[in-house]
Amino acid sequence: MVLTGAEIFTKSLKDEGVEFIFGYPGGAVLHIYDALFKQEKVKHILVRHEQGATHAADGYARATGKTGVVLVTSGPGATNAVTGIATAYMDSIPMVVFTGQVASELIGDDAFQEVDAVGITRPCVKHNFLVKDVRDLATTIKKAFYIASTGRPGPVVIDIPKDITAERCEYSYPKAITMRSYAPTVKGHPGQIKRAVDLLLNARRPMIYTGGGVIAANGNKELTRLVQMLGYPCTNTLMGLGAYPATDPLFVGMLGMHGTYEANMAMHECDVLLTVGARFDDRVTGDLNKFCPQARIIHIDIDPASISKNVPVEIPIVGSVETVLTEMLKMLEASKKKPDADALKNWWHRIDDWRAMECLNYEQNDVLIKPQYVVETLYKITDGDAIVTSDVGQHQMWAAQFYKFNKPRRWISSGGLGTMGFGMPAAMGAQLAYPDSLVACITGEASIQMCIQELSTCKQYGLPIKVLVLNNRYMGMVRQWQEFFYDRRYSHSYMDALPDFVKLAESYGHIGMLIEKPGDVEGAIKEALKQKDRMVFMDFITDQKENVFPMIEGGKGHHEMRLGPCSAVVPTDRELA
Amino acid sequence: MRHIISILLENEAGALSRVAGLFSARGYNIESLSVAPTEDETLSRLTLVTRGSDEIVEQITKQLNKLVDVVRLQELTEGPHIEREMMLIKIKASGKDREESKRIVDIFRGHIIDVTETTYTIELTGNCNKLNAFLQALGSVDIIEVVRSGVSGIARGDKGLRV
Ligand SMILES: Cc1ncc(C[n+]2csc(CCOP(=O)(O)OP(=O)(O)O)c2C)c(N)n1
Repeated sequence: MVLTGAEIFTKSLKDEGVEFIFGYPGGAVLHIYDALFKQEKVKHILVRHEQGATHAADGYARATGKTGVVLVTSGPGATNAVTGIATAYMDSIPMVVFTGQVASELIGDDAFQEVDAVGITRPCVKHNFLVKDVRDLATTIKKAFYIASTGRPGPVVIDIPKDITAERCEYSYPKAITMRSYAPTVKGHPGQIKRAVDLLLNARRPMIYTGGGVIAANGNKELTRLVQMLGYPCTNTLMGLGAYPATDPLFVGMLGMHGTYEANMAMHECDVLLTVGARFDDRVTGDLNKFCPQARIIHIDIDPASISKNVPVEIPIVGSVETVLTEMLKMLEASKKKPDADALKNWWHRIDDWRAMECLNYEQNDVLIKPQYVVETLYKITDGDAIVTSDVGQHQMWAAQFYKFNKPRRWISSGGLGTMGFGMPAAMGAQLAYPDSLVACITGEASIQMCIQELSTCKQYGLPIKVLVLNNRYMGMVRQWQEFFYDRRYSHSYMDALPDFVKLAESYGHIGMLIEKPGDVEGAIKEALKQKDRMVFMDFITDQKENVFPMIEGGKGHHEMRLGPCSAVVPTDRELA
Repeated sequence: MRHIISILLENEAGALSRVAGLFSARGYNIESLSVAPTEDETLSRLTLVTRGSDEIVEQITKQLNKLVDVVRLQELTEGPHIEREMMLIKIKASGKDREESKRIVDIFRGHIIDVTETTYTIELTGNCNKLNAFLQALGSVDIIEVVRSGVSGIARGDKGLRV
């Protein structure tokens, strides 16, 4: 069948099984928009800013595990998409982004709305393509989806000059593709896995630290079995929350800068560390010179370049998390040796002492709403079953600390790039994927304004997202650092001239709520959740001075956490076994 | 430590900029880079010289391997190998320098490939050290310009870097 490039585009997406494409039209993609108009299979979601399109596709991908798809025009369309592409890149999210380009013969002439999209996006994509011949289009699309979704996932950009979308050729979509220069390792080395199992079984103070890779590989079941079979403590990174059930007693909370005291102390004192699908990010490790001083380290990761990048490891295992853990489980089941029960008992005593510090404690009075209380109340009312997106700042950390995720793909947050503006568009993607699920966006009054125009998209597609603004009238995280490290010089971190969010939400056709008293928090959330078909925008006026605790400050190690004013002080006199 | 990395690269537009971009983005240095098509027109062969600790070079090779356009890669300095570089050099050659520089070229087995009344243009091939030694040996001779090709390298023995 002979088709135009634009028709090949829509046909390929259909053959790839794409449900949604998030986009915004413009001159260079008009042929494509015309082809989209003439078909019904692929649903186009019109956003209000290209950044919103990329975050929405990203949220869709994180919630479902499928590849998110974006279409933007050349020039400003492409540059507006860059923040979202970089966000997906840093968190290894599968995404295919189509950028329109000026006609081939105009490339390099500084034509109207021309930018070098391939050049601009090169450092923040897994790979990118410029299509030069319509006969390459279908294969390029197939390759893009293959690259984006396999190995360590990531965004792939395809730049399509306008003339290519008008030219014609015979269409056939490749069923599968192999590339001589790209073949990710899936199976781990059996010898290495055996060594890892031996080391794990000989541990006296073991620790299991897992990241977003477990979620990307859908390895949460295998991880849960492994942890429970061994009875070892498990911690998740910000990106890895939900991979292990947060309400299980073996879970010691998130680790890192605002992780729990018990998780970080256990990292510091462990003698064997199993790292799964995590990358030793600086927000997780604290000062590298003080990192896990006694630990022998095993690291499972699909990306060889993540291994021994920041921290040298003793037993590297390159492979897909899910496949490697399955192999490990088999060996463990067959093994006669079992973990040292006495050593483990002592280790858990020690961890329980750290737990007794109650590092996340806060006190809710009856005057000012504590931001933690809002998150905790949402958690209780929703029974931990919502999909929660966040923006970036204090509210993000409180969401991660107080909403307990028992399942993967329920926590959607920009970890690597830390992109303010991510939360609401990401929630749109998740809500479209799961129209009947509760999707909540926990955000700050600064972050929400970065993509506020997407309120209009939510109206157009009837997305009943619940937005919870923890409104402290500050860029709270910036203010906290200024309080701690800059002698309370609050330079440009106060959010002056805030809009009336209730009226703003109403003007977009949504329900707005203002909540100012602690006693109203629970009722308000319950009320909002009753609105199954409407978006509700909740503006919680919270305590301006609240800080995120505990905290590892710059240059400090896991064992040097600064505790908050409300944590219990419990002497830890039990000695290590 | 100096390391030589040989790469077979897809002969695609933008492939070279991915390699160069990786080095600048991650703060690695490139001492020299030479690249040309191979007998298989879909592939380019690239020889890259860099300096860094073993850990850094391990990261460099892993990051290079991650680039979708990199088909094969080998660190030549890990085993026995041969490296060659070509240099074209134009010098002032008048008066007593004319005789003296001709003598030095002969000692280094270079060729004079262009001559004017006052200049020589010399071609010299060898490893890095030889080229540097030649430049030093020229001493006070007035150098007009130096063009170096960058290192090309190949492993010794019967194994080869190919698809
Ligand atoms: C796009 C972008 N710009 C700047 C920052 C730096 N930054 C990190 S947190 C923060 C403040 C966020 O304030 P708000 O959304 O009100 O959340 P809060 O910390 O008060 O909960 C800023 C400015 C960022 N992460 N992203």
